[in-house]
Amino acid sequence: MSDLETLVARVLAELRSSDAAGAGSAVGTTPTARPQQAATASGSDLDIDVPDPTGEAGRLRIGVANPVDADALGNLRRTTSARLAVGRAGPRPRTGSLLLFQADHAVTQDAIYGVVREETKAAHDLFSVTSQAEDRQTYLLRPDLGRRLSDAAKAEIDKRCKKGVDVQIVVGDGLSAAAIDNNLADILPVITQGLSSAGFSIGTPFFVTNCRVGVMNDINAIVRAKVLLLLIGERPGLGIADAMSAYMGYDPQPGKTDADRDLICMITRGGGTNPLEAGAYIVEVIKRMMKHQASGVRLREIVGEE
Amino acid sequence: MRLRSTMFGEVYDFGSIKEVLAKANEPKSGDQQAGIAARSAAERVAAREVLAEIPLSALRENPAVPYEIDEVTRVIDDAVNETVYSEIKGWKVGDFREWILANSTTGDMIKRASTALTGEMVAGVTKLMSNMDLIVGAKKIEIVKHCVNTIGRRGTIASRLQPNHPTDSVEGIRAATYEGLSFGSGDSVIGINPSDDSVSSVSRLLEMTKEVIDTWEIPTQNCVLAHITTQMECLKRGAPVGLMFQSLAGSQKANEGFGISVGLLDEASALAKKHCWPAGPNYLYFETGQGTALSADAHYDADQLTMEARIYGLAKRYDPYQVNTVVGFIGPEYLYDSVQITRAGLEDHFMGKLTGLSMGCDVCYTNHAKATQNEIENLMVLFAAAGGSFIMGIPMGDDSMLSYQTTSFHDIASIRQAMDLRPLPEFEAWLEGIGLWKDGQLTAAAGDASFFLRR
Repeated sequence: MSDLETLVARVLAELRSSDAAGAGSAVGTTPTARPQQAATASGSDLDIDVPDPTGEAGRLRIGVANPVDADALGNLRRTTSARLAVGRAGPRPRTGSLLLFQADHAVTQDAIYGVVREETKAAHDLFSVTSQAEDRQTYLLRPDLGRRLSDAAKAEIDKRCKKGVDVQIVVGDGLSAAAIDNNLADILPVITQGLSSAGFSIGTPFFVTNCRVGVMNDINAIVRAKVLLLLIGERPGLGIADAMSAYMGYDPQPGKTDADRDLICMITRGGGTNPLEAGAYIVEVIKRMMKHQASGVRLREIVGEE
Repeated sequence: MRLRSTMFGEVYDFGSIKEVLAKANEPKSGDQQAGIAARSAAERVAAREVLAEIPLSALRENPAVPYEIDEVTRVIDDAVNETVYSEIKGWKVGDFREWILANSTTGDMIKRASTALTGEMVAGVTKLMSNMDLIVGAKKIEIVKHCVNTIGRRGTIASRLQPNHPTDSVEGIRAATYEGLSFGSGDSVIGINPSDDSVSSVSRLLEMTKEVIDTWEIPTQNCVLAHITTQMECLKRGAPVGLMFQSLAGSQKANEGFGISVGLLDEASALAKKHCWPAGPNYLYFETGQGTALSADAHYDADQLTMEARIYGLAKRYDPYQVNTVVGFIGPEYLYDSVQITRAGLEDHFMGKLTGLSMGCDVCYTNHAKATQNEIENLMVLFAAAGGSFIMGIPMGDDSMLSYQTTSFHDIASIRQAMDLRPLPEFEAWLEGIGLWKDGQLTAAAGDASFFLRR
């Protein structure tokens, strides 16, 4: 049996025993000890089925061999989301914590370099345009190009979109395709239903590839909506790769900045604001913008004065 | 002024020293974004051919930002030792490179020359250096500073323990501090990036870290990396500050974006000398990083390496305990991938040492840069080989507050074991005394945060 197989079997056995012991209280075996012999003797009858280590139990698992105070160490671990009490193999991380880190980083890379699924766009009748950043590398290198529409995009939007509506909804990939794929189906119906019940007219929604927030200005120069809402993927953090942000602006025009916008960030089912709740909140913010005909710092000043 | 070179029969003309400096730079996405980078690989080398022939005096006389409008330029130029300058002003940049690398040139000789250098000279010679040149050159220069600990001695590498928490939970930060100490991290500083910049919250974190230092009699210094005006207010109200921190940029305009000026830094430095609790005499901690001036639109068409070199000239005025280049934090629009991040880390370390600073490196990257933890580990080794003073220590290298990845508690122990480097001397004695470190490696008791619950 190869060293690798032995290792996999040992990790598996540890994971099972930690599951049995309950989250957060299991103490790892001494990593410097000789690897235990796995129960299976040959490769042919291997049965490997690794449980998902990315849940809370996996993250809170104690990897320190023979801690001074195991219960207290578990308590220290629960004071923070930082990766504490992971233990070590010599000076290096243990295999489980190394692979968990790699899993977390892997999904951020897939989110950044991924492409929003065609089904996601089709389900909400979104047509697609592209910013002046034609490919992903250009997009990452030149934020300024992601803030501007290409000529083709301008023509397409001009041709297909209703003009002068109350609210224009735009979806952009931003830095996370997963944010759109995982959250759009939840958040969009809540927003459109909420806005319709409030009596607002809604424009023709569409999707922007290689999108930065500043593109809102270019878009509204064409559609001239009162409020523009952009749902866009956030830069993935380690462990949360599918967070979406909602940027809203009253009458966005070239020259407008973040100070003129309102923002709801960290919209995700994985440890942020639930997309259903976020959708309802977005509707409330837009109602306020319509009432006061303002957004951003100006809106906060007006609301503060009342 | 004629600035011309010919390569393979092609003639290259450059309009200004600033243009030569920018085009001579290794490829950086920030310089490309600014529209000042060489347009081809050949033009880059052609610029270097010219740069190698430029005398140091011409670099002093053509600063990136004019003396009259920029206090960073004035601070650096006014500090030049004219006697030493008169000896070196005729040196061409290409000869200066060879002088630094010559085996007959000692670290002390370089330190003497350093008293006559401006940022543009430091940047100029750096552009002619290969990565290995940067390692060999920096390795010669031993810069030793003292606060509670003695940082920078040859054969040592320190670690900043960075126990950040998303909402500044005192207990969460204490737990991460214990974990870091148990791996031998924390000799450079126990330094927290706060999410709440208020005087009361920052003071609370200063008091907690000082209490841990006192309880365990740890030879180190504490710091909360709030805005310097917040830390000054904390000091005035009696909070225990070990090191005073501030981020710096390379032009007056960019520093205004940070809400600082030379006058304010002078005031902070005087206040630190009067009220910080350690022995000193080096009480300041600065952070830098290529691209900050451009991001504030305050780069005056100078390249990001030159603007970075100017920060070191400004930092030197305050004789800081340590300076840290946060090399990959700024994002791919300034340093695109691990090749650029690696290069920038080695450049910054060399430039800092050449300027006379104790230099650390936050060897790091964001998720949208083309880099992984493997490349970060590579740069950490190169940095240690170059004689770098300190790196960061973060739980598993994943900062739970700032959302970026850097070096871990495991990494500082690993780099010491793999490269026969030691913790700072006072800290090493302490680690050995409490039984976490012996014979250049972690003991069986190390890596267990609950070790620190006994007192």
